Amino acid sequence: MSLLPLFVVVPLGAAFLTPIFSKFWKWFPDLWGNITSAVLMGLSLWVLQYSGDTFVYNAGGWEPINGIPMGIAMVMDGLSVFMLIIINVVAFLVTLYSVNYMTQYTDKGKYYTLFLLMLAGLNGVVLSGDMFNFFVFLEIAGIATYALVAFSIEAEGLEASFKYQILGGVASGCILLGIAFFYFLTGTLNMADASRIISEMGVNPAVIFTGILFLVGFSLKAGLMPFHGWLPDAYPSAPASISAMMSGVGSKVLGVYALIRIFFNVFGMAGIPSLLTIFLVLGTLSMVVGAFLALGQSDFKRLLAYSSISQIGYCIFAFGLGTPLGILGGLFHLLNHAVFKPLLFFNSGAVVYATDNRDLESMGGLSQKMPVTGTTSLIGSLSVGGLPPLAGFWSKLIIIIAAIESGHHILAAVAIVISIVTLAYYLKVQRYAFFGALGEVYKKVKEVPALMCISMIVLAILSIALGILMLPQFRGVLLDPAVKVVGGGITYAKMVLGG
Amino acid sequence: MIVLILAILLFLIGLYGVLVKRNLIKIIIGLMIMEYAINLFFALVGYRQGGIAPIFTEGMADGVFVDPLPQALVLTAIVIGLGTTALLVSLAVRIYEKYDTLDVRKIRKLRG
Repeated sequence: MSLLPLFVVVPLGAAFLTPIFSKFWKWFPDLWGNITSAVLMGLSLWVLQYSGDTFVYNAGGWEPINGIPMGIAMVMDGLSVFMLIIINVVAFLVTLYSVNYMTQYTDKGKYYTLFLLMLAGLNGVVLSGDMFNFFVFLEIAGIATYALVAFSIEAEGLEASFKYQILGGVASGCILLGIAFFYFLTGTLNMADASRIISEMGVNPAVIFTGILFLVGFSLKAGLMPFHGWLPDAYPSAPASISAMMSGVGSKVLGVYALIRIFFNVFGMAGIPSLLTIFLVLGTLSMVVGAFLALGQSDFKRLLAYSSISQIGYCIFAFGLGTPLGILGGLFHLLNHAVFKPLLFFNSGAVVYATDNRDLESMGGLSQKMPVTGTTSLIGSLSVGGLPPLAGFWSKLIIIIAAIESGHHILAAVAIVISIVTLAYYLKVQRYAFFGALGEVYKKVKEVPALMCISMIVLAILSIALGILMLPQFRGVLLDPAVKVVGGGITYAKMVLGG
Repeated sequence: MIVLILAILLFLIGLYGVLVKRNLIKIIIGLMIMEYAINLFFALVGYRQGGIAPIFTEGMADGVFVDPLPQALVLTAIVIGLGTTALLVSLAVRIYEKYDTLDVRKIRKLRG
């Protein structure tokens, strides 16, 4: 698979060319950004046919000697393909949305440059097979995101970005220190090789300490509950397209993907109950507190931000169950959340674009004037609330069944109650913003431009239709390979190193 | 071993700065101390007593040489640290323009 580096090289090269050519042509950044992300989406859909196998690309032709990897390796397996599809499809819809949406802000050339850098970083994280490249790509995505949060150069954006960057810096510090300990411990940075060495060495205090450093770092990046401080500030202050990208893709790749890849595949701690208990506690805490904080919000985007914490909590909770069904539920919920949360952030962006207002209590009746935004947000809200037959229902159902099967009856009940609370605060959004009498100020409001509508409609259709992925014919395409990789634990090392 | 513990101590001093200080610039300095401590720790991991530079020369086969991998990684980490620090400082300048203060207790427009 010599195609693997393209996922990083294409956006990186495109990001380099964007500021140069956008000096000469005003139309260049829009077209260029869309072409690049469309090419990447095509590539990610093309590698879907290889989702069942593991591919290793040795950069620079440094082949392993006696089964010990020498150079930098990129690894693509079922989980990587799963994440690549989420990243690149959402990224394409975000660039499509940005064409009209970003006209409110100043410099589109710089916007697309940072966006493509973020995309390169996210793709790189998913594909890298050694810890240090993992860190480098994480930081590329991180720095681009920090800058994009402050893109409006308003007081709120700057404050949120600074907060995010300090906490992100502490997280990166913990991760890098963790990598140093990791290298100290195993003498290698290749994940597969290290996994083999750790499984031979067995669990000792040093492994657990390294694990704690990684847990703190990646939980901060994911915005799980005790570490969530930056999240409800950063999402509302960023442009809506970037909130969609951060919530739909960013926190999942940098947080959840990293957690499951390192703890399930490298450390192989899936068999250790204490780690799974930590996942369960973090997940339940995020799920419950995020949902109740969201209930009290009157700012549209801040409500969505707290809702993101709650939904990421569901995913971590499902992985904490540790059973194959739980892992399936977690991954499926990850996919669903990457569809309906960008949709809802797009809706909030559309409302801001049309009315210049984010306060739910002063809105009303917008459905009459903005039918596409109103309908798609209704579909997204019901999907996240878990109403059958929308996609969000199936993933929550699987998570709850998995919780009951593994004997966590109380936690299953908590998950059901929180699902109802989720539905309640999304109905509040519908009730305040889109239903009811149209306010006097909003008589002249018009529907947003066609490209923004198209990206919302596509996501709405996906959030209805993704339920079919649960059918046995379709499960083998995307979900089953990913579940096999996560559930397989340290067989990852065998798959990558061969033999 | 003692140098490794000292490097971790430096890391904790940086963390203390980030958590306790109220001035934006001092927070940034705390973060930089953290970064330097990690880089120092990483470089010390690859150190060998009486080691030579890992360049292929005559008679190196029987000598001990230092591990080059951490050094290469630390160089990359320093460059990343430069990027984040530059962005942080420029943000601090912009925040000062908007709020006329560097005190975190007074930079509070976001609530909820």
